[in-house]
Amino acid sequence: MRFELSYTQITVYALILTIFFDMFVTKNSLLSTIRFWLSYTIIFPFQLITNWWLTSREIVVYNPDAIIGLRLAGAPIEDLIFGFAMILAVMSMWETLLKRKGL
Amino acid sequence: MHERLWETIEMSLGLELTHWSYFAMLLFTITGSWWLEFAFKIRVLRRPKLAFSAILPVSVFFLLWDAFAINQNHWTFDKNQILGIFGPINIPLEEYLFFIFIPMAAILTLEGVKVVLRRFSK
Repeated sequence: MRFELSYTQITVYALILTIFFDMFVTKNSLLSTIRFWLSYTIIFPFQLITNWWLTSREIVVYNPDAIIGLRLAGAPIEDLIFGFAMILAVMSMWETLLKRKGL
Repeated sequence: MHERLWETIEMSLGLELTHWSYFAMLLFTITGSWWLEFAFKIRVLRRPKLAFSAILPVSVFFLLWDAFAINQNHWTFDKNQILGIFGPINIPLEEYLFFIFIPMAAILTLEGVKVVLRRFSK
């Protein structure tokens, strides 16, 4: 069975959209800051642990047709990209609100 | 052996702990992040309105995707490992909480890092 939009495709679109959002909408360009990458370095191992928990215990089961099949610590690589995009989007949004408040 | 022991504990406690499997991951995230607020005095949790204003628009977007993915059968949840409480658009409670606590942990981490970086630049 084929999907019109696989999980892989959506993660890639979400990532591109988020980077665009951070660069041109909030204009924070967090991807070029030390504070973002330092934060993500801390978050990354926790992301692996939580993703591993959810997938290795089969709390969440992925349809093999929807993912590319590349896995890291048990979890599909798409999960990492999904998490990365969400974290970047939220941080960018947060910093914009701080700026607006003049903080 | 372990499974039998586990079952015995569950039964004697009158609990079905397996149903808390997904929830346990959320507790892990909360435990790992809330103390940053106090350790670095970052005033994120003290400004919940500001935090939620940052989280909600992003979470809604990602939740819509989640609903689409569930609908498309990209992934399914093990009914025995979630509490079985479902919110709007047939998404499990844990999944809704995921989109609150994970972004919250991310903001707490970012603010903690900023405090540390500021200390070093002085």
